[in-house]
Order: sequence, then C-alpha cells, then structure tokens
Amino acid sequence: MTIILTAILILLSLAVVFGVILGFAAVRFKVEGDPIVDQIDGLLPQTQCGQCGYPGCRPYAEAISNGDAINKCPPGGQSTIEALADLLDREVVPLDAEHGEEKPKMVAYIREDECIGCTKCIQACPVDAILGAAKQMHTVIVSECTGCDLCVEPCPVDCIDMIPVPVTPSNWKWPAPVSDPNLIWTDRGRGHLLQEGSE
Amino acid sequence: MTRIYSFHGGIHPPENKRQSLGAPIRQAPLPARLILPLQQHIGKAATPLVEVGDQVLKGQKIAEPTGHVSAAIHAPSSGIISYIGLQPVPHASGLESPCIVIETDGQEQWCELHPIENYRDLDKKELLKHIRDAGITGLGGAGFPTDIKLNLSKDHIVNTLIINAAECEPYITADDALMRERPNDILTGVEIIAHLLQPSKILIGIEDNKPNAIKALRDAIRERNLPIELVVVPTRYPSGGEKQLIQLLTSIEVPSGSIPADVGIVCQNVGTAAAIYRAVIHGEPLISRIVTLTGFALGHRQNYEALIGTPFSVLLEAADVDRSKMFRLVMGGPMMGISIEDDRIPLIKTTNCIIAATQEEMPPAPPAQPCIRCGMCEQVCPATLLPQQLYWFAKGREFEKARHHNLFDCIECGACAYVCPSNIPLVQHYRFAKSEIRNEEAEQLKAAQARERFEARQARLVREELEKEQRRKERAEAAAREQARKKAEADSVSSDTPDPEAELKKLKSAASIARTKLKKASEALKNAEEKGLDGTEKLKETVAQLEEKAAAAENAWQQATGAEQ
Amino acid sequence: MSLIHLSSPHVSKANATDRVMRLVLIATLPALIALTIFFGWGSLIQLLLACTSALAFEAVCLRMRKRPILFFLRDGSALVTAVLIALAIPPFAPWWVVVIGTFTAIVIAKHLYGGLGNNPFNPAMVAYALLLISFPAEMTQWNAPFVLIGDNWNVLASFTDSLVIIFSSINHGMIDAYTGATPLEVLKHRGGMTTEEVWRNDPVLSQGVFAWYGISAAWLMGGIFLIYRKVFTWHAPFAMITTLFVLSSLFYAGDPSNFADPFLHIGVGATMMCAFFIATDPVSGATSNKGKVIFGIGVGALIYIIRTWGSYPDAAAFAILLMNLSAPFIDHYTQPRSYGHARANRGIGGGK
Repeated sequence: MTIILTAILILLSLAVVFGVILGFAAVRFKVEGDPIVDQIDGLLPQTQCGQCGYPGCRPYAEAISNGDAINKCPPGGQSTIEALADLLDREVVPLDAEHGEEKPKMVAYIREDECIGCTKCIQACPVDAILGAAKQMHTVIVSECTGCDLCVEPCPVDCIDMIPVPVTPSNWKWPAPVSDPNLIWTDRGRGHLLQEGSE
Repeated sequence: MTRIYSFHGGIHPPENKRQSLGAPIRQAPLPARLILPLQQHIGKAATPLVEVGDQVLKGQKIAEPTGHVSAAIHAPSSGIISYIGLQPVPHASGLESPCIVIETDGQEQWCELHPIENYRDLDKKELLKHIRDAGITGLGGAGFPTDIKLNLSKDHIVNTLIINAAECEPYITADDALMRERPNDILTGVEIIAHLLQPSKILIGIEDNKPNAIKALRDAIRERNLPIELVVVPTRYPSGGEKQLIQLLTSIEVPSGSIPADVGIVCQNVGTAAAIYRAVIHGEPLISRIVTLTGFALGHRQNYEALIGTPFSVLLEAADVDRSKMFRLVMGGPMMGISIEDDRIPLIKTTNCIIAATQEEMPPAPPAQPCIRCGMCEQVCPATLLPQQLYWFAKGREFEKARHHNLFDCIECGACAYVCPSNIPLVQHYRFAKSEIRNEEAEQLKAAQARERFEARQARLVREELEKEQRRKERAEAAAREQARKKAEADSVSSDTPDPEAELKKLKSAASIARTKLKKASEALKNAEEKGLDGTEKLKETVAQLEEKAAAAENAWQQATGAEQ
Repeated sequence: MSLIHLSSPHVSKANATDRVMRLVLIATLPALIALTIFFGWGSLIQLLLACTSALAFEAVCLRMRKRPILFFLRDGSALVTAVLIALAIPPFAPWWVVVIGTFTAIVIAKHLYGGLGNNPFNPAMVAYALLLISFPAEMTQWNAPFVLIGDNWNVLASFTDSLVIIFSSINHGMIDAYTGATPLEVLKHRGGMTTEEVWRNDPVLSQGVFAWYGISAAWLMGGIFLIYRKVFTWHAPFAMITTLFVLSSLFYAGDPSNFADPFLHIGVGATMMCAFFIATDPVSGATSNKGKVIFGIGVGALIYIIRTWGSYPDAAAFAILLMNLSAPFIDHYTQPRSYGHARANRGIGGGK
C-alpha cells in the first residue's frame, strides 16, 4: 500500500514540477507569430482581382483562415497553393478551374487613340494604377498594374488589352539545368527522359 | 615590397594566352553598321539624344545617362542614324534590347573635342563631369560607371587604390597587350584617378604570367618616378576577381554586401585607366576598346582595337574565321564568358575577348553524373562557400537554405564547375537559384506595393464615403439650424407682448373649468331640490355665483378669440 | 553553331568520377598483393567474385530503375565497393558470403537509397556489418598467415585448391587446420592473461602480427598515393589515426597489462583500410575540412571504445556507420566562414 502511495505521490509531484516548468517555458519563451491571416495574405499575389469570389486578397486570406479552400487563386497558381498548403498543413490540391486558370503575368494596356475618357476603368482598378480624368485620355502605370483584368469589362469602347509582360534581358531568368540523371528510386518510369543523350 | 597574401581555393586552368600575343594590337576594320546597345553598363539604360535620320560625327554623344548610375554613349564613327529599336545584344539570355544603329559614312569625321590641358588645375567636380560625359565604364568585366567609383571620396576615405592588371582568365590578353604597348597611357590614367581619390597607396596587381607587361610597366614607373607599386601575384584563377585581388594585396576581405570603398579601397582596371587618360588628355570619349580575338577557329589570333558597336561577324572575318570549324562562340573568357549564338551582335564596352572555339577546344559538356560529394568544389571555391551544399539546395529549390549558405556571395567564377568530376553545371544551378530568388523578391515587393495601393484605395473609398455621410449630416444640420434661427427671429419679435395664443388657451381653459364647476354645482342643486334637503338656499347662491363667473370667463375667451380673429 | 543559354564555364578539367574511382582501385593494389602474399589466393578469388556480382547487381538495379546502364556502370563506384568488401572479409570465406555482401551493398545500401551520391551509409560497411552480425562464424575464420603454418601451406598456396575451398562447402573442412584468430580476437578472448602474457604465448601475436602490419602498411601506401593524387584530403584519416593512437596510448600508459599498445591498434585490424578508404568516402562522410576532422575523430574514438569494451573484436564498420549517421549534423555545424563574413553560419537555416 505504501509503495503504491509513494509511487502515486512521486508521479504527482513530478507532474506538478514539470507542469510548472512547461508553464513557465510557455510564458517565458512565447513565440510571437504573425497572425495567421497576415501570413496567408503575405503568400497571396495581391493582384486584388477578385477571381476567388472575394473582394480582394485580404478578404480571401480571412476566408482561408476560416476554412475556405486554398485553390481559388489563379494568379498565384500552383506555387501559391503549395505555399499555402505548407503554411496551413493542408493537402496540396490542383487549382479550382471554376475560378480561372493560371496564366502568364499580364499587364493592362489602353489603346489611347480609342479611349473616350469615361473613367470607368479608373473606378474599377483595385490598385489605382490607371491615370486620367473625365474626358481625358487614360493610361496604365505599368509598374503598378497587377494584371487583374478588372478594368477590361467596364470599358465601353473595349480599348483595354491584357498583354503578357515581355521578357527582357533585365527580367530574364536563368533556366534550371537539364539532363541530370540523378533521380531516386521512386522516379522510375521517368528514366527514359534521361536516357537520351546519356548513352 | 608589399607582402602578398592569399585567397582560399582557386584553380590553374590551361592559360591559352600565348596564341593571341604573337602580334601587336591591330586596328579592326570600320564596319558599315555600328550597333550601340543603350545598356552596356550596370545601372539604367541610357536615353537616346538622336533620332532616325540624324547625321552624327565621330565622338558625338548620342545617348545620355538616365539617372545617377548610368553612362553616356557616343558615336564611334561618323554617319547617319538608321534605326533605333530592338537588336540582339550580348547577353546570356540571347534576347534583344534597345539599340541605336549608325550607318557609317567612312569619313571618320570627329566632332569638336575638349581635351583638358592641365587637369590638376580643374575643379574635381568638373573633372568628374568630364569623365562622366566621356561615357567611361569599367572595362574589366562588369561595366560599372567609372565616375561614380571615382566620386566616392566624398563619403569614403580611400586609403588604397588598386589597379587590376591580373587578367586571370585563360585566353584573354587584351590588358596584357595594352600594358605592353601603352604603359604610359595607363600610368597617366592612374595619376588622374589618384588625383581624384587622393589615396595613400597605389598598387598595381599583376599575375606573374605576363613578364613583358610587368617589364613595360616597371620601366615606365621608374622612368616617371611615380609612387606606384607594382605587385606581382602568382598566377591562380580567379586572382583578378575584385574581391580576390583585394585579399591578395591587402589581406582585407570586403564584407558581404559592401563595396570595397567601405573598407577604404577602390579598384580600377588598367583598361579603364587608359580610357580615362584618353578622355581627359585627348578629350576622346570611350568609343573603342582592345579586344582579344582568339580560339582555334580563327586564322589571326591577336588583339584588335575595335570600335564599340562593331558586329562580331566583322571582327571574326577580320581575324580570318573558319566557320566550318567554329563550334562555340564565347564573349569573355572561358570561365565566366557568355556563349553567343548570333554573330551579328555588337562589341560593347565590356567585351574584352571573343573566343571562336573549335569542338576539340571546348567540347560540349558531358552529361552530368550524380554528385558524389567529393568536396573538390569546396577546395577551390575562392569565396569559401560549400558549393555542393548550394547545389543540393538549388536543385531541391530550397532557396532559403541556399541563401543561409551564402549563395549570394558566390561570384560565379566557375572554379567549382571546372573541377567537378561529375560534370555538374554548378554555376548554372547557382544562377538559376539566384534569379529565382531575385524574381521571388521582386514579386514580393510588387505584391507588397499592390497591397499598399489596394489598402490605400480602400481607405480612400471609406474616407470618401465617410466624407459624403459627413456632408449629408452637415447639410441636414445646417438646414435645422436655419429653421431654428428663423424661429428664434420670430420669437424675438413677439417677446414684449404676452403670447396671444397662450393667453387664449388660458382663457379657454378657465372658461371650460368655470363651465364644469357650474355644471357640477347645478347638478348638486338639482339633486338637493329633488331630495328636499336642507341648505338648498346656499347652493342656489353658489350656483348663481358660479354662473356669473362662467359667464365672465366665457365672455373673456369670446372676446379674446374675437380679438384674435 | 552553338547552343543557346550555355552557362559558363565553357571548359572543364578532365577529372571525371570514373577517373577518381580508377585511382582508388589502383590504390587498393598494394593491399591485394600483401593479402595474397600473407594469406594466399583467397583474396584475389573473393575480389573477382565480388566484382562480378557487384557489376551484375548494379546492372540489374539500373535496369529496374530505368537508368542508362553502361553510363553508370562506367563510373566504377560499384567496383570500388566490391573491392573493399572482398578485401575486408576473410580470404577463404565461402562464396555466398561475398555475394550476399555485394548484394547488401549495391542493392540495399546504395540503390534503394537513390543510387550513387544519395546513400547515407557507406555501402561496403553496411555489407560488412550485416555479414558480421549474420554469419559470425564465417566472418571470423581467418586463416593463419603463412608465416605461422610453416611448410604446410601448399593447399592455401594452390590456386585451384583455393577455388575448391571457397566454392564447395563439403571441402570446407580442408582449411580447418589452418584457421586461426586475428590478433584483435586473440586479445579480446584472452581470458585472464595480461597483454604481455598473450604476446608471449600466442603465435598469432608473437610471430603473425608482422603479416598484419604488412597489410596495414600496404593500405597506408595506397592511402598516401590517393592523398598525393588529391583524391581526398588528409583531414579524416589523420584525425582518425591520431585519435586512435592518442586514446590507446593514454590507456596503455595507465595500465599496460590490460590494454593493447597503440601500435597494435593502428597496425592490425581494419584501421588503415578504414582510415584511408572508408572514412574518406565523400558520399557518406562530412563535407568541410573541419567536418572531416570531426568525423575522423569520431570514428577513431568509436573504434577504440568498441574494440576495448564492446563485444566485437574489430569495430571499423560500426564506428563508420555511427559516424555516417551524424555526418549531416556535423555538416550543418561546420560550415566554413565565407569570404566577407565575420563568422561562419551555423545550422541548416531556412528550415521550419
């Protein structure tokens, strides 16, 4: 009987001691993290295009933190989905086609001869990247345009084009080297890609 | 003698320099077309000053610097501007970029030049402006605008001026030839630089594989009795890298993310010094440079003095190229140069070498084998990085880890890829990782900017809404105030006489009260009479009194209402 | 003409992986010769057997993984593994021992982990450890060196007889007369005798030890050749041998009757082979020079500890495998200080 009691007492006191230590550590070494919404917002591409069905990236970030799907952002594409899945510890899923498909980076361009100066696109632009005034020609500030395409629809004379961002020597990226036969066991079935040129 | 220090790693690739040193510097032919990219330097592209159809003279400025870090461009020969627009340029991407094209007229007619007789009498600012106007950039490799480097003395104390004459890359002999043939140009240029920077020490770092150049420079220094020290360093690639040369000559390491001037050192290439000499003493802007044409596909392997903008094809023809043998065309050295697929691209300010290599000379890289972590790359890395770890991270796209392993301190010298027994294109892996990281950063910056603008817009919309609301409220309030004011005005008019309406009300209620009392009293009287009670007399009296009163009240009210109406 | 986007450098040193492996193979020759001189044809036969089976296993694995077979066979890494296994096991062990060894090394320790460059453990040592644990009898039956058998070594000296011994289990008894323990086993199982008494009484130590010293010298020769040819750096072998020497000297100085002397520790058993041919294996070892030193110290210390207090007479395989486990950890904490940085980075960084 005494043995049992002693054992219980010892375990109890150990529990108390470690509880205190853990509690102290939790308070003392508390890690201040960004609120999750900010972190999610940080991963979204901030095009503010609304293709996800929310009026901007932050509302979608809030929706995700409340459990909405992470695959509703076409401008971010698969890489954003992966980053979100990594952050939120969720499954990586393909992009939801309902909300659009991943396209190369675009920028809006106003054919200035045709612009009638109606200011409708200016009102539609979520990032104030269009300059102009009523009855005056409008133009897009290319460096600020997120390519969200929200200005195309309201234009009464259809003078706005979405053109892909051109590749110039200044934004060109080195491609990853190819022909690397260093794959692992689970890659079987892909080996034929590497046999060309190797043997 | 200055002590020579050492840097980590390094390699000894076959030099292949002797082939192009057999003959003196030769003048390259004047091409029919000169193609001048607006971006030949680090910084912003220059802004054109001419239009298509303009006649330009040799040495005339045709594009001016855009902003601080930029360089001017001059017409290398006289002729007519035939085109301004996209043209293939020497860039690793093989893409096109804005250029000015001049159809030369063969006259070689100079514009008016402004040589400076005695630069020591000139204000330093004026001298710097003169150098900036001459469009001089570093001729060694990167092409940083020279005037900015020379203007550092404002906020930096420059102890040591290092003139880079190491020329450590195989094949290249442009600086070697320049030093052999024009040592005095270089030394005068160095004197001008020293005049601007006022360093306490001037060192020229040169590799020991250039005995003729060493002799020429040493003789010239002795003859002119200049306070310049010629330091001969052992031949080991990449001793000509700016950071490596600084470490060799001073044992100082330039802290990561800083420039040499932060530790009191400025580095200039010998070619740049010669260009400064020409710009200041002769007033000639930077319109030509010395370029090594070499490689076994060429008949005449030697150094040429060529106009900036000369297409490679013209130079290759001049050097008697055998196109059937040419397998790879490289601009720059074999270690860090870029491969060119289109020989119409022009020579630019930073083109120190063109190698037309045969297949035996530069065979295609064998397929990469798996990394066996042999660590040879680590032994040769001049930046003391762990190249193989960087490789694993770059391949696995673990860019954060790559960054933690100091990926951005990699100078892309290629020593690791040179020694790799598995033939892994290490440098390309690093370049890929670097451009991915840079791109990611740019995107993040853009996203942050977009978010800021979006939030600013949201805030503005809310503010506008609030303002609208505010205005509506204010309007309503103003209306109410207006009414109140009117009423107050009306009140103040009738304030001396008692309010007729209130009087009337009073009279009316008095009349009705009197009536009610009368009614009650008469009822009580009637009751009493019916029951035959005592004291009816008294009641009758009261009723009569009340009747009187009520009649008076009624009368007063009637009068008042009458007066009112 | 040329290719687009070809990254510099445009030249490279003729220094292929297969050349490195060939140098390693050449460097094992002295040991092979020494083993043959002291112990008979057995090692050579084991070597041929190991090479054949290793190449076969490698080819089958590459085939199954759909990799270019000839391209990878030519890199020679399977041969190096095979040679090391063959020279580490007793010269007259039955044929299936070496075949199981190469199977373990090539298929399990190498290809299942992703092939050359991806194996966390040294394949030869995985095989050796597996054999030692699974077949202790076969793995500890070294025949006595010729110097001890006197004139009776005709059987071992004959190539055909050697073949028969290795390939037929029936005639396996043929060499029972000649089998003996290795010096380390003798010391381990000496009973109550002091070290001095063992030295005096056991011929394996008193006379036979020179055969073992000879073999160690052969491995040392090969190792120095490889350092000279810059196949690997001196750091790991030097650190390992020094640690072993210092540790054994300390204990021997403290109690000479109970502990073996330092020269025995570095002169017999697998010390030299391990130092130059296993601890220097770049794939499973540490990367930086500092890391290699720490790796070597770890191997040396573990060898001494296991030899002296463990239940196995020799310890190289276990020591190496344990240090292989800690190699990534060592790597993360021994990054060199990069140019322009005040101090070296620590840890892996960027991890979550």
